[in-house]
Formats: sequence, C-alpha cells, structure tokens
Amino acid sequence: MELHYLTIAQARELLDRRELSAVELTQALLARIEASEPRLHAYLTVTADQALAQAAAADKLIAAGQAGPLTGIPAGIKDVICTQGVRTTCASRILENFVPPFDATLVARLKAAGMVMLGKHNMDEFAMGSSTENSAFGPTHNPWDLKAIPGGSSGGSAASVAAGSAFFAVGTDTGGSIRQPASHCGVVGMKPTYGRVSRLGLVAFASSLDQAGPFARSVADLAEVLQVIAGHDPADSTSSPTPVPDYRAALGRGVKGLRLGLPREFFAAGLDPEVETAVRSAIAALEGLGAELVEVSLPHSDYGLAVYYIIAPAECSSNLARFDGVKYGLSLRAERGSLMDMYLDTRSQGFGPEVIRRVMLGTYALSAGYYDAYYGKAGQVRTLIRRDFEQVFTQCDAIVSPVAPTPAFDLGQKVDDPVQMYLSDIFTLSCNLAGLPGMSLPCGFSQNGRPIGLQILGPHFAEETLLAIGHAYQGVSDHHTQRPAL
Amino acid sequence: MKISPEEVAHVAQLARLRLNPDQTAKLTDELNAILTHMDQLNQLDTSGVPSTNHALDLSGPLREDRVRPSLDRDQALAGAPASDGQSFIVPRVL
Repeated sequence: MELHYLTIAQARELLDRRELSAVELTQALLARIEASEPRLHAYLTVTADQALAQAAAADKLIAAGQAGPLTGIPAGIKDVICTQGVRTTCASRILENFVPPFDATLVARLKAAGMVMLGKHNMDEFAMGSSTENSAFGPTHNPWDLKAIPGGSSGGSAASVAAGSAFFAVGTDTGGSIRQPASHCGVVGMKPTYGRVSRLGLVAFASSLDQAGPFARSVADLAEVLQVIAGHDPADSTSSPTPVPDYRAALGRGVKGLRLGLPREFFAAGLDPEVETAVRSAIAALEGLGAELVEVSLPHSDYGLAVYYIIAPAECSSNLARFDGVKYGLSLRAERGSLMDMYLDTRSQGFGPEVIRRVMLGTYALSAGYYDAYYGKAGQVRTLIRRDFEQVFTQCDAIVSPVAPTPAFDLGQKVDDPVQMYLSDIFTLSCNLAGLPGMSLPCGFSQNGRPIGLQILGPHFAEETLLAIGHAYQGVSDHHTQRPAL
Repeated sequence: MKISPEEVAHVAQLARLRLNPDQTAKLTDELNAILTHMDQLNQLDTSGVPSTNHALDLSGPLREDRVRPSLDRDQALAGAPASDGQSFIVPRVL
C-alpha cells in the first residue's frame, strides 16, 4: 500500500505505534506532490519546510503520548482561507502577494489538532466558478482524466485528495464548490450547515451562503476532520452555538428505518443518463440496507439558479469592494494619478473576467431602481425555496439526488458561456440558499472513466444523518476505494 | 429587462472598474443573457412573502464590551502598498 493513499485511521495507527514517523509520512506526501503537480496543478503554494517542521513537532507529541486524531496527518487548505505567514491569493492577481497576519479559525483548530499543512490549493478566483478554470494562475486538471475539469471552485482541493497529494483538504462551498468538485474527482466532500464551521478568515464571497467544509477519501476520514473544524466561534457572529455532536459515533448508525426523499425535480430532463443510472443504483443499495424511499417535490427548484445568481453576485459586489489598493494586495498607482485612478486601475487589472462579471451583475442588481426587482424579489423566492425544504423534511430524513447533471466536462468546453457554466450548479445551490448541510460521495463512473457523485442533503444540523448514510453506503460499495492511474 | 451599454458603463463606474469599449460590449451581451434568465422570477407571485437574508435565524449575539488584544499597528500595516509606519498612504485626494 502506498503511504499517500492510507486512510487517516491507518496512518493514525502506524504513527501511534511508531512504525512510521510524521516526518516520513510528510516526506512521502511531498514526493507525491512533486510527482503529480506538473500534471495536476492542484496547489498554488507548497510549504514544504513548514510542513516538515510541523511534522517534527507532531512526532514529539506522538512520542509524548499526546497525539490527537489529526496529529501528523498532512493536508491542504483552499487558498481562500487565511493562513498566518503563508500567502493567500484567492487565485487572484489582486492578492498574489497577500500574506495574512492571522489564521482562519478553522486553520487554528486544525493546527491545534496537529495537522501538517502541505500548502494552499488552487481554485476559481475568489471561489467564483465551477471548473477551476477561473484561477488567475492556470487551471487544475482532473486526476482521472487530465483533459477534464476537476470541478470548482474547490477544484485543487478535490483533485489533490483524489490524487493522494493530501490526506484531506478544507474548501468552501457557496453554491456547490465543495460537492461538485468532490463528485467530479471521486472523493467525499461536505458542506456543513450554515454556521456550523466558523467563517472567520474565509475571504468572503457571498456571506449569507459561504460555508467551509472538508474533503476526504472516505466518509469515516471526513468525520475526523469535521469533528475538529465544527463549533462555535465567538468572533463569527453567524457561527452557531449549537453543540457539536460526536460525529464518529454517528458513522455506525446505519440507515434502517431512515426515509430518503427523491425530489422529482432533480431527476428531470437534462440529467445525463449515466449519472442517473449510477445515482439510482446507489439509492437502491441504500434501500437494500433498510432505508425507505419516498418521492418528494421541491416545486421552486427551477427558480434556484436565478435566485442564486442575484444574491451571490450582490453579496460579492459588496464584499469585494474592500479590494481597493489601499490596505494590502495589488495597488496600481500611476504617476500623478488620483485616488479614483488607483481604485479603477487596481480593480480592473487585479480581477479576472468572471469576478468582473459578477461584481457588475451584483452592482447592477443592487443599484437604484433595480434593487426591488432583483435583490428584493430574489430574497422572497429564497423564502419559498427554504419552505419547500422545510415541507419535504416533514416527509423524509434526508434527500438523495445527483450532485451535478453530467460527469466532469472537458477543460475549455464551457469557458465562453457563463450561463452554461452556471447550470452545472443546478442541483447544489438550493442547499446553500436554505443553509442546509449537503454531502457528495462517489457512486460510480461514466463509460469514459469519470467519477459520478451522489448528493445527500439534510435538515439544519443533520450532519450525523448524512455521515451515517454515507458510511453505510461505503460499507457496501467500492467506488471510493478506486484510485486514478496517475 | 434589458441593460444598455450606457448602463453597463454607469454600473462599472459604481463598481470602480475601468472597462474598455470591447469589454463594455461583451459584458452588455453577457449580462443580458444572464438577466433574461433572472426574469423568470417575475412569473412568481411573491406578494406578502417575507425576504430571507439569512438561512438560519440567529439573533444578534451580544458580548461584554471590553478591550481585548487585536492586531497591532505593525502587523496591520505589514501588507500596505504604501505606509509611513503609522498610516496607510494613498494618492492625494484634495
């Protein structure tokens, strides 16, 4: 067995028995990064020296019998999440040399739990995109097929976990940016309930939708990471004080007696037949394990895309106003130029085309005369979408559906058509609008070998239910143990 | 609703973006394609429906008002494009 494809539990056992040191494990992962990066480009920054120093510190803790569940486990962090002393670019020219003076709360928690940070993962610029092609520093390739997109916006995180260049990763999901790349790269990804993981230190895209969450190669590994990053943060007023349960204990609950809802709108025309077959066969397997299936309806699903692409750009246009060339990041100052020239030059040259498109769309939607027609209306329809879910969760314990309407498409295929690109989020974004937890896990492959994911959605704070369902499925399936030939 | 190139130029100014004529033309087409999609929301009667601004109802949490450690000035200025060690320096305003 290659060290870079161990499960977290296997690595934990070897480390704790002192059969493997954290330094050796980190060296193996750094070698894997060196071998795979020329083809994948999953990382924007690799922090090898720091990683080895953290590994050496982890070895001391292990020797002293003070290891936690993630002590000495190497991982990567999406480059939209602030890391003290390590540049955090958001895959944007405007933050190319930005070095945060503090750690995001979730990074501080992972460090306290002993994580070894290998580096920062590639992404769509400011997390805006579905293919990682919007990175200012070049796209990530899908480890299963280098011609294919890895999904986005957390494409580097998903590709890296799939390729064994990280044991786990933490990304962010505003409209599907964890679940969709997890699906396309054949790994597990979870967007927790809004407020479950602190947003302090996440560079904000759409504040009412953004949520950080883990990627891993199995549901059991994912539970270990979620356990560490979940929890109230007094410094994030939107983080929830709801107590964090024992996620590991939830893994073994099984699905007997659980009611799983199949929303008919998510199995409608436009769904790729290979995706439908794989998803339905996974659902049949869950039924075989004792779950009960019920057909449900989310009647306002068709409006989700329009609501999302008003609210997310509106919030983005407001959040990204902070990048002005004054406090940090790119600052273009022409000789004798005015303050306004500095703003205009810095922002126009610092932001890429998709970010400019969304800032424009959001500014328009919030501008005088259009606010009620767009932002006001979208907020009302968001209520209808939220009520649809509340209604459905009186009939079932969780929803099962496809993650994306097709397997990963080819790099370059949709870059010139924003609306087509936006449609790849059609099954994932309503979860963010309603603040629900959602998980993607591997459930099959297309004929040409590209992974397919199953999405499980639950009511607020039902992460345990999602983990129980996912772990039960992984007990009777082997899609998550397949590895790309890379 | 249709957006005109003049409106695109106005919105760019509001957003502090400088667009060249090609970008303005392209963005006008792209924004219109996206806005056409948005217009389907008008099919829905939402009279009397409250707006959702946050998915979870968290009432504003309060904390004790006391002085706590925060970034010191050197750290806050460390990434500044221009500073005199005490303040951020920007191009002349007046």
